Amino acid sequence: MKKRKDNRRLDEMRKIEAKVGVIKRANGSAMFRIGDTIAVVAVYGPRSLHPKYLQDPERGILRVYYNMMAFSGSGERIRPGPSRRSREVSMVIEKALTSVLDLKEFPGGVVDVFIEIIQSDSGTRCAGICAASLAIADAGFKMKDLISAVALGRIDNDIYVDVTKDEEDIEGMADVPVAYLPSSGKIVLLQCDGFLKKEQLKEILKIGKKVCLEIYKVQQKALKEGYKK
Amino acid sequence: MSIISKHIRNLLKEGKRLDGRGLEDYRKDIKIEYGVSKNAEGSARVRIGNTEVVAGVKMDVGEPYPDVPNKGSITVNVELLPLSNPEFESGPPGIEAIELARAVVDRGIRESDALDFKSLCIKKGEKVWFLLIDVYSFNDDGNLSDAIGLAALAALKDARFPKYDSKEGKIDYKKKTDKKVVLKELPIPVTVLKIDDKFIVDPSLFEEKAMDARLTITTIEDGRICALQKGGEKPLTEDDIDKMVDIAIKKGKELRKLLK
Repeated sequence: MKKRKDNRRLDEMRKIEAKVGVIKRANGSAMFRIGDTIAVVAVYGPRSLHPKYLQDPERGILRVYYNMMAFSGSGERIRPGPSRRSREVSMVIEKALTSVLDLKEFPGGVVDVFIEIIQSDSGTRCAGICAASLAIADAGFKMKDLISAVALGRIDNDIYVDVTKDEEDIEGMADVPVAYLPSSGKIVLLQCDGFLKKEQLKEILKIGKKVCLEIYKVQQKALKEGYKK
Repeated sequence: MSIISKHIRNLLKEGKRLDGRGLEDYRKDIKIEYGVSKNAEGSARVRIGNTEVVAGVKMDVGEPYPDVPNKGSITVNVELLPLSNPEFESGPPGIEAIELARAVVDRGIRESDALDFKSLCIKKGEKVWFLLIDVYSFNDDGNLSDAIGLAALAALKDARFPKYDSKEGKIDYKKKTDKKVVLKELPIPVTVLKIDDKFIVDPSLFEEKAMDARLTITTIEDGRICALQKGGEKPLTEDDIDKMVDIAIKKGKELRKLLK
């Protein structure tokens, strides 16, 4: 059987770790780690939105801020402040999280989700979304489901689960982050960079779903641990 | 004045604080953790009670400034993340964060001669190292300034230079060498708050809101001061400053031990 540089099987995730309540001041918070990628998330709200004209009297607003810390990348320092990349990542995560929340519960209000990547080795948006859904649950929001996400890749004709930066840098690979609602198997985030045959996409979605159920177990355990205290 | 500020003042009259600490006591659980972000050349997490900050150092090679052709330099950036306090807003660093970066971290390191900037020179007039220090607040439960000062020093202590190929002019960030950043001094900032006629260290959030004035005093091992920053709206007398400096020297010694 094919092994990877770090000795994993193709369908094997790196070690994952999750914890809620890591930021005391926040209404909800969580840390999610997969391999060397670490995301920390804090949730504040619902609180009233200012300036007032931004408020929606029918439903609340969810705002997501995804950020990579200046020293978190593998190359030179990342310039602080929003980039085109971070704004796009924030937006796709925002859409995914909106799908599990009932925003009508807090009309005129806003919920802010801050995702900070302390250390990265690929898969930061997936780690971010796993942590964010935990932090929202930790804050006590009514949710339709948690969200579990993983980055898959196609390298040559093989499907790799949870790709690392080294694997992501391979010429001609396709990078596919995907997020699921674990209870129903529905997909709430899907992106792809690179060529995929239709059958390969099908396979990726099938493998991803299976892997995310493992992530889901770790997330559930973290939430239970959080409530023990 | 808020009820809690009044209560803090009344307690202080009897020499007491809300959480039962003495006026010159830091919270007992100060923790410094090194190497918390492996892509950084150096990193550290500092916790003082529930206050938590993370600092990281990245390094880069560039042309020296024309007036100091044989010296490298540092750049300090502090971000008060909205993740750490519901009152902090998103966006570029505000004036509070800029004050912390400049007055607490940068000035402390620069003016104490802690760093030999000449040792950062690769080739005079052409190539020098730049140390880029970024400090982030993770949870604000008071006294971010002292935590940020400690974290920046700890991250520098943790730092190892990456491999630099001078022929190609390229840094290989994946390969760290054994070369450390030499710190000749450990300039420790201690923020002393004045509330009525009392002086306290390591304030909680409520104490920060109740303060009249503050003075952040950065000292080195031999007791000399290398940086000062006064804050708050009320004035200080010479006598006040004298007392505050004494406290900062004493507390600075205790905190310095944690970094050794």
